[in-house]
Parts: sequence; structure tokens; C-alpha cells
Amino acid sequence: MIKDEKLIFELSKSGLQGIDLNSNEFDNENIKEYIPDKFLRNKEAKLPEVGQLDILRHFSALGRMNYDLSKGIYPLGSCTMKYNPVVNEQIGRLPKFANIHPKQPIGTVQGVLEMMYNLQLYLSSITGMKQTTLQPAAGAHGELTGMMMIKKYHQNNRDYERNEIIIPDSAHGTNPASAIMAGFKVVEIESGENGLVDIEKLKNVVSNKTAGLMLTNPNTLGLFEKDISEIADIIHDAGGLLYYDGANLNAIMGVSRPGDMGFDVVHLNLHKTFSTPHGGGGPGSGPVGVSQKLIPFLPKSVVCKDKNGKYFLQENNDVSIGQVKAYYGHILVFIKAYAYILALGEEGLKESSMQAVLNANYLKNEIEDNYQIVSTGFCKHEFVVSGLKDKLSHVSTLDVAKRLLDAGYHPPTIYFPLIVPEAMMFEPTESEDKKSLDELAKALNCIAIEAKDNAEIVKNAPHTTFVKRLDEVKAARKPIVRYLD
Amino acid sequence: MIPYLKITESERKEMLSKLEIDNMEELFNDIPKKLRVNKKLKIPNKMSEIELINHINEIGKQNVSTDDVISFLGGGVYNHYIPPMIDQILMKPEFYTAYTPYQPEISQGTLQAIFEFQTMICEITGLDVSNASVYDGATAASEAMNMACNHTKRNKILIASTLNPETKNVLKTYAVCQDIEIIEINSVDGVLNIDDLEQKMNQDIAMCLVQNPNYLGQIEDCEKIEEIVHKTKKTLFGIYSYPMSLGILKSPGELNADIAIGDGQCFGISQGFGGPHLGFMAAKKNLLRKLPGRIVGETEDKDGKRAFVLTLQAREQHIRREKASSNICSNQSLLALANTVYLSMVGREGFKKLAIQITNKAHYLQKKLLLINGVKLKYDGPFFNEFVIEIDGDIQNVLDELFSKGYYGGIKLTGDENKNCIMIAVTEKHTKNNLDDFADALEEVLS
Repeated sequence: MIKDEKLIFELSKSGLQGIDLNSNEFDNENIKEYIPDKFLRNKEAKLPEVGQLDILRHFSALGRMNYDLSKGIYPLGSCTMKYNPVVNEQIGRLPKFANIHPKQPIGTVQGVLEMMYNLQLYLSSITGMKQTTLQPAAGAHGELTGMMMIKKYHQNNRDYERNEIIIPDSAHGTNPASAIMAGFKVVEIESGENGLVDIEKLKNVVSNKTAGLMLTNPNTLGLFEKDISEIADIIHDAGGLLYYDGANLNAIMGVSRPGDMGFDVVHLNLHKTFSTPHGGGGPGSGPVGVSQKLIPFLPKSVVCKDKNGKYFLQENNDVSIGQVKAYYGHILVFIKAYAYILALGEEGLKESSMQAVLNANYLKNEIEDNYQIVSTGFCKHEFVVSGLKDKLSHVSTLDVAKRLLDAGYHPPTIYFPLIVPEAMMFEPTESEDKKSLDELAKALNCIAIEAKDNAEIVKNAPHTTFVKRLDEVKAARKPIVRYLD
Repeated sequence: MIPYLKITESERKEMLSKLEIDNMEELFNDIPKKLRVNKKLKIPNKMSEIELINHINEIGKQNVSTDDVISFLGGGVYNHYIPPMIDQILMKPEFYTAYTPYQPEISQGTLQAIFEFQTMICEITGLDVSNASVYDGATAASEAMNMACNHTKRNKILIASTLNPETKNVLKTYAVCQDIEIIEINSVDGVLNIDDLEQKMNQDIAMCLVQNPNYLGQIEDCEKIEEIVHKTKKTLFGIYSYPMSLGILKSPGELNADIAIGDGQCFGISQGFGGPHLGFMAAKKNLLRKLPGRIVGETEDKDGKRAFVLTLQAREQHIRREKASSNICSNQSLLALANTVYLSMVGREGFKKLAIQITNKAHYLQKKLLLINGVKLKYDGPFFNEFVIEIDGDIQNVLDELFSKGYYGGIKLTGDENKNCIMIAVTEKHTKNNLDDFADALEEVLS
């Protein structure tokens, strides 16, 4: 039974403190001799005053209100909620890596640079790209970085008219947002059958304004773009570059590589494909791999190795797009991805991808009697359904998702991709076995029966969760984004 | 055998037979042969867990951490004390393995924690609203720049030349994309040149951004700056804060800033060779709907019970696509939790006292260092925990010798203006002995 938990501010009792950090040697409170009064704060920050035990209890209570991977399957499409190996949580906190300052002399950071150098190599090899930067902080940040490089590449060729990025309507929302943020115009193209690129339509929109195409492969319906080589030719012949959104790389690790498909830029999500935890929304990490011609434009700084085997940060490149974040990226995330790759090896990565694909197809097969399958044929690591097959009950995708909460499962991604009405996108990942897939399928099929027999119970779900459906309109209309006593 | 999978060969066969295929390869028949991987990747053979840990420890040995020597490095990343409570909480699977809280009914823990984080950021900065965090301080500054330009429909911003170079670099990268012009205000005596600000301020300026204390550790006269900036209608005043200093220094809110940004690394996050850290963004309430990134709001469920939810999502990329206020689709959620636990631990009184202790220690060290022959104070304005000294001698040599005595002596500054200068940062982790011994060591090196 989960109990309500007050806000930490409501637990506050005047005079309490959770930790003693005082110094006996420096107890002088009179700092006015150092800092003039006019610079000193008058209105204090009202932070909570809570003892240590209640802090532990408070945050533990908050934890109990969350669904998480230790409770069960997390079949969110395009999110790759695979198991986050526990050992990597230790590795990511080793003092020899966690407690290094970014401005230390290069000779004192050879270990962390070696790890980064190796990770760059491994990721380049997995994606088939020539070089990889680890700097971007997340997938969307990687997209932005890639877009900036494409822009700089064209500008460097004095090709200033190329300001259009072509994006299929099935793409992730970050794609158009990233292209705009990098200063491009977005040209959306309607998908063809199965959400695949419609070659004729693509031919119609390419021009001497085409800077590039952003594509996810397999696409957001979980289907492989089998004509990818032709698509690459069309874009390249028009003078554009090909961008690979790596959100779905978990389908093809060790099986097929974006670089071999003709992609010029690839971003990865270490927090998806390479098992680093999502942390409730971050920190992630979004390395970007590039083909030979884009290497000069990589953000500063790539880790290199000199003839004597010494690692250093490459700084002197005047056509680089510059720096996309402070320092070198999310180092303590890299090390977890690095550990994951080493624990699996090439065979293990490939087996994981294949299992992920098998699991998706198996789950799809188990629910196809009741749900309208959109991803026909064999899918890759994920698939999309367009709500319940039986439309008479008027039970929506949102209702099904909320009813799944009652069954104790995290729902799939819903209402995405936008091209599928009532979309539900399932990605079970390789971490699950037949039994957990059977159980999820059973829950989904039960809901389909309920929708016929007792639609109201589905429409009013969830019934058993800690809170019921929320008033999201109220939250947005009169936003309260902080506690006020 | 992959310990991260839990499927047996016989289960696999059962699943394959349901799909009426013989092996997993058949699921990939739609990928053209020429696009299949046909040679070995450049990845080492798999390692057992023990081999893995040995390997990581082995390369870790080549790092000299700030536990191995006494560090006076700062410049935006500081070696503050991190209470063990933080990892105790962060290592709960309930937090680290959870996804973005899109399903609020089963994510109230993450949502409430972010709501508490936002409240703490508002309290510390003295501003009305906060988002759920962005990647780091430098990208927070860049998001603030984009936001200010959108809000004012202008495309120029002023920045103090005393901004952290890392922040400046990232701002420049982002600005190019949006055709934003960044104009630097020069400095005199290590602080912003007020005359230059007055000259460069005009109605085309979307925002004036200063760092306080600035990169050189000096406290800026933000009241004066604010007065000049806000003389121009609509121009926003942004302050990049070192939030640890806000235990004693005037908050951005008290200084009438419109936007406050900064990096939360100092609140319970490892230095980590520069990341991951956390960027915070707070603003006056009129800017709430212009803020980028995730925001958690309070609401109620259908039974009237208080609950929290991601709100104002109409600003965001998954709804607005190319019209979104930013492409960001995450926050540094787990690190926002680290900040929240940290600030809960330190508490109302502790937050002030800690800043006072750090101020005292830094000033104690500065006084000691200035007694040494060959050491001069570079900038003599008020400061919090970081200051610049000029040294009579080859700086690299001095730092190398200090290292051989067990110290990272500080950051070697670059540029003509700061030739022969080291920037030294002090935190609460330094003991009186550390400070005394460091002064002795420097004296020895210089004698």
C-alpha cells in the first residue's frame, strides 16, 4: 500500500538540519569585512529543515510511487527500456573517474581519455562511421549537433542556398525541432505504405535547396527501409546529406550498419541502445558518428592518440562547429555504455538485437487477434497497432493504456507515430523472456475483452493506482510550478 | 550466455515456432544482403564481470583524481563534499531505472521530486518559476539566449567578457544557427566595464547576460548593471549564478533579473571530468510559457487528490514539432534529484552557513598566499570562493612543481590580460591544514 507523501517543505520543522558540515576552524560568521553589505542577500532561501532519517524516509516514499524496471516490463516504443546492469551503477561511480576535474593536466587523465577513445572506436565500428564525438548530452542534442555539422558542411562548400531538411511525417518530434533550432527549414514528406519513405514523393521534393534528409531506420513503425540505398542515392545525387536518427539502433546492432547504408551522420542514444539508465528523464548521452567528409566539422573536442600512445584532446580545427556543451560530454554515462559493450562483445550485442526483434514479433503475434496491427510482416525491435480491432466499444488507446496500469504494467508509447490513429507502439526489448511477454499479452487481451463486456471499467481506468487520472487541463491553465506556503 | 538476458534456447525455439520460422536470422530477411555486417567489428572479446571490473580499475589507475591530491581547481566545476545519502537515493531502481514521467499515475515519485527541485531553484534564485533542468550551465545559457530572442523578437545579446569561456563557446555555437549576434562587454579590473555596457546597450538587445561571481571569481555590481539594462524597454537581464554562492550573495530575484541560470554540479554531483552535470533555469513568471524543457505542475486527480504532472507541454517538440520552443526532450532528472536531496540535507540554515564557511576559508587562503614573495593579487574586488593571483615565474613550472608536492594548484589562465595568472578555488572540503600546507608549498616552489 502506497501512502501519500507530503512535500519535503511540509515536513520542515524550524531548527532541524539533515547534515552537519560546520567547521570548527572557520566559525567566523562575520563576512561583512570581506564582502560589502550591498552584495549580500537579504531574503533567505526557504529550504526545508528536516532531519536525516526523515529525508531518507521521504525520498524512499517518493520512490515507492514510481513504476520502474525492477517492477516489470517497460514496453515503451522508441525508448528501449532494457535492463540497466547493476554493476555499471558501481562502475559509473568509481572515484578514479567520478572525482576528476575537467581542467586537470592531460597527463593525469589518461585513463578516462583511454576509455573515451575506445568508446569512440567501438561506436564508430558498430555504426560503420569514421569518427565519433561523445560530446552531445542526449539524443536530441546529438540531432542538433548533427544538423549543425550538415549546415557547416554546406556553408564550407559555399552552398548557402541549401537550407531545407526533409523529414518524413512518421519521424520523432525532435527531428523537426532540431532542424529548426539549427536554422533549417523543414520539408515534411508524407510516408508511403507502412510508414516507409515514398520514393516518388522524395524525388519530387529534393532540389538544390536540399541540405539533407533525417531518417530513422528501422522506422517508427519498426520496419526496415529496404530501399535505403536508393534513398541515399537520391539525396546524395541532389547534393544533400543523410542523417540517421539512432533511436532504433537496438534493432540492428551487429547486423547492419548505418554507415554501410549511406548515412553521413548518426546519433546514438547510450541510454537506449547501450543500457545506461534513463534516470526518470536523464542524464542521457547522444554521441554522433560521421562519415569521412564530415570529420573536420565535428564539435570540439575528439579524443585522439599520438604516436607514443598518449591520449589528447584534438582542439585545432577551424571549421569545427565549435563546442555544443561545456567540456567533453557525459563521462559517467560513457563509462556505463563502455562497460556494457565490453560485457557483451560483438556476439552479445548482435544476440541482444536479435532477441529484441524476436520479442517484438512474438508479442505482436500474441495480440494480433485483438489489436489492429499496423506494422505488417516481420517487424524489427518494435511495432505499432492502431488501437483495438473492435472499434464499436469506443475504447481509446488512452483508455487501454490506463487500464494496463491496473494490471501492473507500464503502457507502451501512445499516440505516436502521428501518422497512425490511436497508435500504440510496443518495444519489449531483449531483456524480457517468453513468460513476461505472455503475461503482458494476456493483460492486453483481457482488456480487449473488457472493452466489449464492460467498457466503462476501461474508460475510467486506472482504478488501483496511487492517483487516478489527472486534470491536465487545470495544470496547464493555471500553472503551479512551485510550492508556496 | 549473456547474463543480461533471461531467455533459454528452448524458449527461443518455442517462440520461433509460433512465428513459423526456424531461426532468428529469418527476421532480418528484409535487410538486403549487401547491407549486412560481413566482417568482424572492432570490439574486444566479451569480458566476465570480474574481468570487466579489473579492466576498468586498471585504466582508472592512470587517472590522478582529486582524492589523490589536494585540488584548487574550479572555474565552474568544484570539488564540494557529497553526502552519501545522495547515492543511497539515486541508486534506488525506483529512480534510476524509471522513464520520463509521461504516465503520471505511476510516476508521482519522479514528478514530486522535480516539483520540489523547481521550488528549491525558485527559492535559491529568488525567482518565480523554474523548469525541470537542462543539460548543463552552458546549454542553459544558450537556451536562455534563444528564449530571450524569441520573447523580444530581437537577435542581439550582450554578454560580459567575464563569462566562463566554456559558456561563451557554447553560446557562440548556438548563436550561429539562429543568426544571433553576440556582443561582448569588456572588463576593467576583472569586472564588467560599466561604460562599455552603457555604450553597447540599445533597443536591439534581447538580453544582457552576466555571470556572478564572474569567471575570475569577482562579484559584479549587478545592481548597477540591472539599472542600465532595464532602462531599455523589454531587454531582459540574465544572471549566470554559481548557486553555492547564493547562500550569502544577493539572489538574481533580489537583483531584479528576469532569468537566472547556472550549473547545479555544486549541489551533490561529482565533477566527473565535466559531466554529467545539470543546468537550471529560473525566470520571472511572465516568461513561464517561454521556458524551454520539461516543467512539472501541480494539479489534482479526479478524486480531488493533489498530484503532479508534466505541464505546458504545448511548448514542446513532441506536440509542436518544428514550432517547439526547443528541441530538448529530457531533463537531467536523476541529477535534479541529487540537487533536491542535497539541498534537503543542507537545509535553510546550513545553506547560509556553508557559504559563509567557504567565504572564510577562501579569504584565509588568499591572505596567506599574498604573504609569499612573488605572489601578487591580480584582482582585488570582493569575491566568494575563487580568486586570481599573479606569479613571478613560469606558471606551468609552478603548477608542475605544486603537482609533484600533491596539489592541483589551480587553473592556469590564458590570454594576455591574465598572463602568469592562476585561478584558485576553495571549498568546504579544504581544511585549515590543507590551506596552510598549500601556502607553504607555493612558497617553497617560488623560493
